[in-house]
Amino acid sequence: MKEYQTITEISGPLVYAEVDEAIGYDEIVEIETAQGETLRGQVLESSEDVVAIQVFEGTSGIDRDASVRFLGETMKMPVTEDLLGRVLDGSGRPIDDGPEIVPEERQDIVGAAINPYSREYPEEFIETGVSAIDGMNTLVRGQKLPIFSSSGQPHSELAMQIARQASVPEEEEGDDEDGSEFAVIFGAMGITQEEANEFMQDFERTGALERSVVFMNLADDPAVERTVTPRMVLTTAEYLAFEKDYHVLVILTDMTNYCEALREIGAAREEVPGRRGYPGYMYTDLAQLYERAGRIKGRDGSVTQIPILTMPGDDDTHPIPDLTGYITEGQIYVDPDLNSQGLQPPINVLPSLSRLMDDGIGEGLTRADHADVKDQMFAAYAEGEDLRDLVNIVGREALSELDNQYLDFADAFESEFIDQGFETNRDIEETLEIGWDLLSMLPKDALNRIDEEFIEEHYREDDAEREVVEAAD
Amino acid sequence: MSKADTTDAATDSGVIQSVSGPVVTARDLNARMNDVVYVGDEGLMGEVIEIEGDLTTVQVYEETSGVGPGEPVENTGEPLSVDLGPGMLDAIYDGVQRPLDVLEGKMGSPYLDRGVDAPGIDLEEEWEFEPAVEEGDVVEPGDIVGVVEETVTIDHKVMVPPDYEGGEVVAAEAGSFDVTETVVELDNGEAVSMHQEWPVREARPAEDKKTPRTPLVSGQRILDGLFPIAKGGTAAIPGPFGSGKTVTQHQLAKYADADIIVYVGCGERGNEMTEVIEDFPELEDPANGNPLMARTSLIANTSNMPVAARESCIYTGITIAEYYRDMGYDVALMADSTSRWAEAMREISSRLEEMPGEEGYPAYLAARLAQFYERAGYFENINGTEGSVSAIGAVSPPGGDFSEPVTQNTLRIVKTFWALDADLAERRHFPSINWNESYSLYKDQLDPWFEEEVADDWAERRQWAVDVLDEETELQEIVQLVGKDALPDDQQLTLEVARYLREAYLQQNAFHPVDTYCPPEKTYLMLTTIQTFNDEAFDALDAGVPVEEIIDIESAPRINRIGVQEDYEEYVEDLKAEISEELRSLY
Repeated sequence: MKEYQTITEISGPLVYAEVDEAIGYDEIVEIETAQGETLRGQVLESSEDVVAIQVFEGTSGIDRDASVRFLGETMKMPVTEDLLGRVLDGSGRPIDDGPEIVPEERQDIVGAAINPYSREYPEEFIETGVSAIDGMNTLVRGQKLPIFSSSGQPHSELAMQIARQASVPEEEEGDDEDGSEFAVIFGAMGITQEEANEFMQDFERTGALERSVVFMNLADDPAVERTVTPRMVLTTAEYLAFEKDYHVLVILTDMTNYCEALREIGAAREEVPGRRGYPGYMYTDLAQLYERAGRIKGRDGSVTQIPILTMPGDDDTHPIPDLTGYITEGQIYVDPDLNSQGLQPPINVLPSLSRLMDDGIGEGLTRADHADVKDQMFAAYAEGEDLRDLVNIVGREALSELDNQYLDFADAFESEFIDQGFETNRDIEETLEIGWDLLSMLPKDALNRIDEEFIEEHYREDDAEREVVEAAD
Repeated sequence: MSKADTTDAATDSGVIQSVSGPVVTARDLNARMNDVVYVGDEGLMGEVIEIEGDLTTVQVYEETSGVGPGEPVENTGEPLSVDLGPGMLDAIYDGVQRPLDVLEGKMGSPYLDRGVDAPGIDLEEEWEFEPAVEEGDVVEPGDIVGVVEETVTIDHKVMVPPDYEGGEVVAAEAGSFDVTETVVELDNGEAVSMHQEWPVREARPAEDKKTPRTPLVSGQRILDGLFPIAKGGTAAIPGPFGSGKTVTQHQLAKYADADIIVYVGCGERGNEMTEVIEDFPELEDPANGNPLMARTSLIANTSNMPVAARESCIYTGITIAEYYRDMGYDVALMADSTSRWAEAMREISSRLEEMPGEEGYPAYLAARLAQFYERAGYFENINGTEGSVSAIGAVSPPGGDFSEPVTQNTLRIVKTFWALDADLAERRHFPSINWNESYSLYKDQLDPWFEEEVADDWAERRQWAVDVLDEETELQEIVQLVGKDALPDDQQLTLEVARYLREAYLQQNAFHPVDTYCPPEKTYLMLTTIQTFNDEAFDALDAGVPVEEIIDIESAPRINRIGVQEDYEEYVEDLKAEISEELRSLY
């Protein structure tokens, strides 16, 4: 291994060094500063006599005489089942004073693309215990379903609730009582120490840590490291899912910070920027992360992703949510208005969507009437929402009886169905029953999206059968 | 090999000078533009995209991690080509026509490894060849010389390659052959096998392009009924995420009455392609009950697969489509999504440090889009048969804003525009095609077909529906201000009629076993039912019946259930009678 002291340029997170041998693209580099500190980086561009190196820890402290070593391999990380229960920093080094990690394998952190032919289509329900998700935007194993939020919203609480409550039906039935089949991998990118503490406390309080791996890149950690953290997270997830048969739930927060880091590197390299200064390859880059969710034929495990992103200015046409939405299989919107009304979780179901839902629900999976109930509730809530605007102008008296019923439905839907609290865990049965309670506020023939059979079976003819309506009024 | 064999290809090798993502620069490589090269020790496939001095720039179709300067670059001297022949149906390819099922076997892993190559069609599989010519017949380029049964649905026509000279047949025998063996020999020494190659960036020749006059019947009410596309036509489906582009494309792939479907998943989700791979073999072709895969060729270059292969997958798809067109088939090509394709161009272009055009897209974006859509059309082939390629491209505009370059440049070319609408999707109105914004320029040339095949007042009925929907849009603006009850009775009734049009006619449940496919006859009958309600209701209103009573009749809501009826003819007839009876009983 050759050492060079040939740094010619240092700019932002990038270091340029002259070399006299062939250096591979993406290869890992170690830079030793005069103070004896070792920094790690990666080759971003390699030509015959000069290479561009992106330094993960930031370039502070590097001078022209710093020595540069090329390790001759691309970035790899140690993986082992023993990672469960551990807390690591953004580059995968333990920070929990635990024992050294003894790797079973070392894997490239840039995962190869899964052959679409080898994938298995996700269609198994994950119960999150959150009605707005289970009932209206069901999550399935192997899906990638981001949470679109904005600053100041309780997306972390929602993520923690999901991490705590998520279970797969198989797990409940199985004899394996401690639920070791299910693992949560948590990747924090640029979140504050305070947020990180909340997550950690919650993990410890609920005992979830032992089935979790936590990667922490905090707000004051180097931004460039953020580009590595999610790759480490997903490499660990793939290993546990496809080698060790775990059902892995990956929570990545906050993708916005990740994209900012991409932009920073792009700017430092003087690349031609795309929309709003983000690099033109951001779609491809994000896809290489999100597409690592899924299931593989012949393997028992699965990787399910819940990336969280804060939309700058609560604008979902911003490139980060926009590109994400085009790659992921739906999205869950956290709504500031609902939040200010005190709803927990403040999920706005109308723009939310789970693309894989239709195949993951129904008889044998959730319940036969699930799809119809969902469709009807969407339609009725949308109708009620529309009428709210009108009511502001003309008042309730000017509306027909049916319209008034829709308005009542929309109110009750929010207060009974959505607002369950961050600590309540509802199973799918309970969620759907609440749904029927609410739908029964509407006349039978307004339920045009539900099969007559189900109306017969579930419609509450009698006010007494409906438990929630009283509370709603 | 056909084209490249005949030229003196400058086969040569060079040395890598620099690597930056998918873009590799090589020194001392003697190559022509668009030649395919193998890069590095692992032999990664790439294509020459720029030549400057003694430097040649290559876009690589695979990951370049670990590739470094000094490694060799080998030129094949051939442009990027696809293998054409039996075996392309019921197959799934990546963007450079490597069969994904074969790759899985070769790599022994569910992940896509690098440097593994495989021919687009199985070179060893034997097919039962039935000649269509005899010794002594004179054949010209493009002529059909025989047939093999490729799948239960499709007979694959073996043709003289377009770049042959043609001549007298000296040998033609029936029997079992693999695709490389000669099946027909000509007197000038030319040997015809079942295998051809064709450079993807070049359109296959045709005699003449004609005006398309037959609709591509899709079984989707809003498409067939309001905004039809012709066989050989072009259409764009733009819409923000979550508005149902992919479901619409899938519905077309499943139910469009084309002979062959080429489905290009360009930079989209892996799970979506898996859905297609798992669903299509189980679904029945509505035309003949055979498995749907028997007429389908899939190209899957998902968003995380190499970006350069995403750039080429559209060309791979359309070249396969043209080949089946040459046999006289009607081919429909779905590209989901052309925006990802444009972004791949942008990404490569920015790595080349080209001067960007609008929003960072290369200046040649409009030209590339136009070239692609121009390869669609209704053609008279060089062998005298007629065939068509219909191209339907999904567009994913950032933020759902149709003023962005890809949507705008596409709209300048395509003649059918199906605008997807996030508002409709949000209220779960599917397919969420906005009837005010969408259009089809084929309507007039297709009406004669519908009038002949379905009903002679097809065009009039459609116009009635469009008028009602237009009126509704205007009335809705007033309703937003003053409420529905402030409207005069006749306008309230119009709103009710429009509601049935929206809920029963325009909405269609893709996940319902019956409603998912709606033949044009059913589309027509549904419209006539709503019009019956309209006419009878207005008669009742004229006779003095209050509008509330008309709206409240019991039979009318059954209009919403026509879609799910299998025996719709009887149902519609009964329903019409009931509606008339009930309304007439009111006065």
